[in-house]
Amino acid sequence: MAIDRDTVTRVAFLARLDIDDAQKDAMTHDLSNILTFVEALNDVDASGVEPMTSVVEAYAPLREDKVTDGGYPDKVLKNAPDRVQDFYAVPKVVE
Amino acid sequence: MSNALDLTLAGALSAMDKGELSSVELTQAYIDQMAATKALNAYITETPDIALEMARASDARRAGGQTGIMEGIPVGIKDLFCTKGTRTTAASHILDNFVPTYESTVTSNLFSQGAVMLGKTNLDEFAMGSSNQTSYFGDVVNPWKTSDGKNRAPGGSSGGSAAAVAAKSALATTGTDTGGSIRQPAAFCGITGIKPTYGRCSRWGVVAFASSLDQPGCFGRTVEDNAIMLRAMAGYDPKDSTSIERAVPDYRAQITGNIKGKKIGIPKEYRVDGMPAEIEKLWQQGMDWLRDSGAEIVDISLPLTDKALPTYYIIAPAEASSNLARYDGVRYGLRVEGVDLDDMYAKTRGEGFGEEVKRRIMIGTYVLSAGYYDAYYNKARRVRKMILNEFLDVYNQVDAILTPTTPSAAFTLDDAPSDPVTMYLNDVFTVPASLAGLPGLSLPAGLSSEGLPLGLQVLGKPFEEGEVLNVASVLEAAAGFQRL
Amino acid sequence: MSYTVKGNTGEWEVVIGLEVHAQVISNAKLFSGSATDFGAEPNSQVSFVDSAQPGMLPVVNKECLRQAIRTGLGLSAEINRYSVFDRKNYFYADLPQGYQISQLYHPIVGEGQIEIDLEDGSSRTIGIERLHLEQDAGKSIHDLDPKRSFIDLNRCGVALMEIVSRPDLRSPEEAGAYLRKLRTIFRYLGTCDGNMEEGSMRADVNVSVRKPGAEFGTRTETKNVNSIRFVMQAIESEALRQVKLVESGGEVVQETRLWDAGKGHTRPMRSKEFAHDYRYFPCPDLLPVNLPQSFVDEIKAEMPELPDKKKHRFMDDYGLPAYDAGVLVAERETADFYEAVAKAAGNAKLAANWTMGDFFGALNKADIKLADSPVKAEQLGGLIKLIADDTISGRIAKEVFEIMWETGKDAEAIVEEKGLKQITDTGAIEGIIDQIIADNPAQVEKVKTNEKLLGWFVGQTMKASGGKANPGVVNKLLKDKLGL
Repeated sequence: MAIDRDTVTRVAFLARLDIDDAQKDAMTHDLSNILTFVEALNDVDASGVEPMTSVVEAYAPLREDKVTDGGYPDKVLKNAPDRVQDFYAVPKVVE
Repeated sequence: MSNALDLTLAGALSAMDKGELSSVELTQAYIDQMAATKALNAYITETPDIALEMARASDARRAGGQTGIMEGIPVGIKDLFCTKGTRTTAASHILDNFVPTYESTVTSNLFSQGAVMLGKTNLDEFAMGSSNQTSYFGDVVNPWKTSDGKNRAPGGSSGGSAAAVAAKSALATTGTDTGGSIRQPAAFCGITGIKPTYGRCSRWGVVAFASSLDQPGCFGRTVEDNAIMLRAMAGYDPKDSTSIERAVPDYRAQITGNIKGKKIGIPKEYRVDGMPAEIEKLWQQGMDWLRDSGAEIVDISLPLTDKALPTYYIIAPAEASSNLARYDGVRYGLRVEGVDLDDMYAKTRGEGFGEEVKRRIMIGTYVLSAGYYDAYYNKARRVRKMILNEFLDVYNQVDAILTPTTPSAAFTLDDAPSDPVTMYLNDVFTVPASLAGLPGLSLPAGLSSEGLPLGLQVLGKPFEEGEVLNVASVLEAAAGFQRL
Repeated sequence: MSYTVKGNTGEWEVVIGLEVHAQVISNAKLFSGSATDFGAEPNSQVSFVDSAQPGMLPVVNKECLRQAIRTGLGLSAEINRYSVFDRKNYFYADLPQGYQISQLYHPIVGEGQIEIDLEDGSSRTIGIERLHLEQDAGKSIHDLDPKRSFIDLNRCGVALMEIVSRPDLRSPEEAGAYLRKLRTIFRYLGTCDGNMEEGSMRADVNVSVRKPGAEFGTRTETKNVNSIRFVMQAIESEALRQVKLVESGGEVVQETRLWDAGKGHTRPMRSKEFAHDYRYFPCPDLLPVNLPQSFVDEIKAEMPELPDKKKHRFMDDYGLPAYDAGVLVAERETADFYEAVAKAAGNAKLAANWTMGDFFGALNKADIKLADSPVKAEQLGGLIKLIADDTISGRIAKEVFEIMWETGKDAEAIVEEKGLKQITDTGAIEGIIDQIIADNPAQVEKVKTNEKLLGWFVGQTMKASGGKANPGVVNKLLKDKLGL
């Protein structure tokens, strides 16, 4: 399926990806090709088949309710690009 | 020692056991080779100091009578595994300054079994690629040379790991395989690589690409080397909900070389249009070797084989689009300032991710978005289930499956396909088993007309890595492949 | 009776649905082992998983599933032993993963219902659509810096139950009663502390208006309202806004709004909420949850008596009116206290009056919690017993209660010590009455034509007896002697 530039713009916003105008045409072209490629699945009759939730026949293991982690703000903040005291800092958010 | 670099992993262990070699000597030889082969760009980060320190500690343990499965073995770690205190980049600009404060389960397992870390190997950015060319840190050069003098691609995504083993700048390396990222580069670089069953190795601490497909594995010179290293890496991890609680056998002991009466399936759908005759021939040769060793060759059919790539290119990007949302410039990695939060996100991610990663995030976002979810994503999950069922049906008749690993030998870096879809076709033989979570191994079995390695792939039943290794060992012995 | 908003074109009916986010009581978070305590130092209860570091994976906390099931049983709801965690994808500063793990397609609890108690003593049944588990987000702090927001992830990953009601509520009062009832159920079960000030219970309020009997109107969603009073105010102001808007020719836009407590009205969210497309898909890092029936059965077996059942039992067994029973069962602690009082008193009706009257009054006045009361249930029961068996009068009992409150002594001891036992001896009372009649001949004449003066004689008699004369006996004797 061919997609247009507007779709690329909308999807790029959803994905929070800055794609400049020069790249947008190439992106539109490539995405259209990939979507056409994956549409080969239209030939498969998968009706009545449950979508796969997991490749292994297993269910979620459950953890006991114990505090076993956390308590190391320095470690989780160590790589922060902007840190103020023990907070991460981001551009001001207006709700 | 004649040349420490010529030893296999098994050979090095035995030499160290006999006291003929120390880990420090072995490690130093690899550090020297790492420097000598720097032009291959197999490593993103070299850690010789850490390596020597670990080697010294290993020698001390050995002297004290304590030896792990990988005691003293210098390995390269794909730069997708988080290593505590050592930069981990996923070959992406967005993480090029990230130093984890934790150790992945797999590397932790390897280190506690005595392995020595030489450095972090190059890969396609976030493991997305089949040529290692999407790396922010530049192309990796395949150590195999041809008469045309052109550099060849090592394959991907674990291109650095495969090239390092082939160039002897690591005795063994870790890899991850999502759609063929271990098997395809192993084939291109003339070495052996195994992707175990999904759930066999923990994904905890491995930078995620597509969670339902990603699986750590390893590269080595020989099938036996794979068996030793995989055993050290594998095991249930309560921190990974998708890892499976199942005992890890001694794979090395499962390599008996006896495959009498084993049934080996040959899927007719893998004879794709335009497959080079030399690949067809190698495949036939593989069947003959197995038959000569007493196996029964069985023609099988996996009708959905050609639907595997389209399925994969919906599921993997969909999961990736979500898994990569965390790279937002807030808690780690690159941040590019913007006028507001959304602008900061878009600039950070726009600059931090390369083209292929962006394409996959875009595709994944699109197929999950309102109105398309059922048509693309759910349909792909249904077909994936059908592909799995097809394999499981076939495994009622056969013990393992033999196919070529790739439809061609390594392409040149200059002539690598620029069209994404053409590039994706490289994984046509490896992706189906990934979708089904099955164990698969590639070993070098011959050379192309240009003198480049060609690989054969052995696929097994879930959790039957031992069987895969054993069948592969028969092929290995028969092929007598000359490594670099 | 029913609530309507009066507009220029007549009466409008208000249709309300509530989505309540209730913080689950558990030691550790839903998918990580970090603590959940309120008010800790910033980012001190954050693990690598909570801060979405690369390669980190979620593992389900069993107790959180139990708490959701307990609550589901408390809502008389269908329990789904099979449930699946999905990712809800969106970018926000306090959402480190770039997605929230929630349950869209297969929630752990399905349809249920609760009974709400209204001021006039009537009840209504409100439908519950579902209850699902999800992760809480972190906290953004906007007022510490002029240009930046600060992020604290302590709350990030704490388990929330989202309880979605049917659009069955029709007035602010009903919404308030619904929230109070939910809180009561949470507290009975110990699944959420229901503390709205600390944010452990928040509501998204869906409001639309329609002419009675017409189709549902377009609804707005006011997010994250954090007190029952605000929910009621938000409904009132939002309904009024919608009525005015529609009557002036406008149209209600389906949108997300925020409650401005200072201004007392709702306003549209300024962020780009409208552009959300959550791209839900099953979280590939988690396998489906599949609980054995025994898991549910064990929880069922431990369920306490629920408030509605208790209320009806109090009405049936103790003969309490619906309102009294409703007040007493609102908190499990209060209900237990009342039952202990009633048992010790041997008179349930009197016990209810005293518990809700003098006792609650004293608690309120002293501003202390039930558990800290200086008068224990058995002691209060002891006091009431003395009233019930005519040992002391109600008026004396009030005095005794005050002394009990101050000293913590038992009623019987105080009555004994102070000689407060009621005089029921007819002879002694007769003596007092005779004296009063003799001293007041003018009053005796008047009472014969004005019976209201009897009260004056009762007063005089009680005064002369130091309040200890039994008022019933006094009345009877006075009437006899005065010939009334």
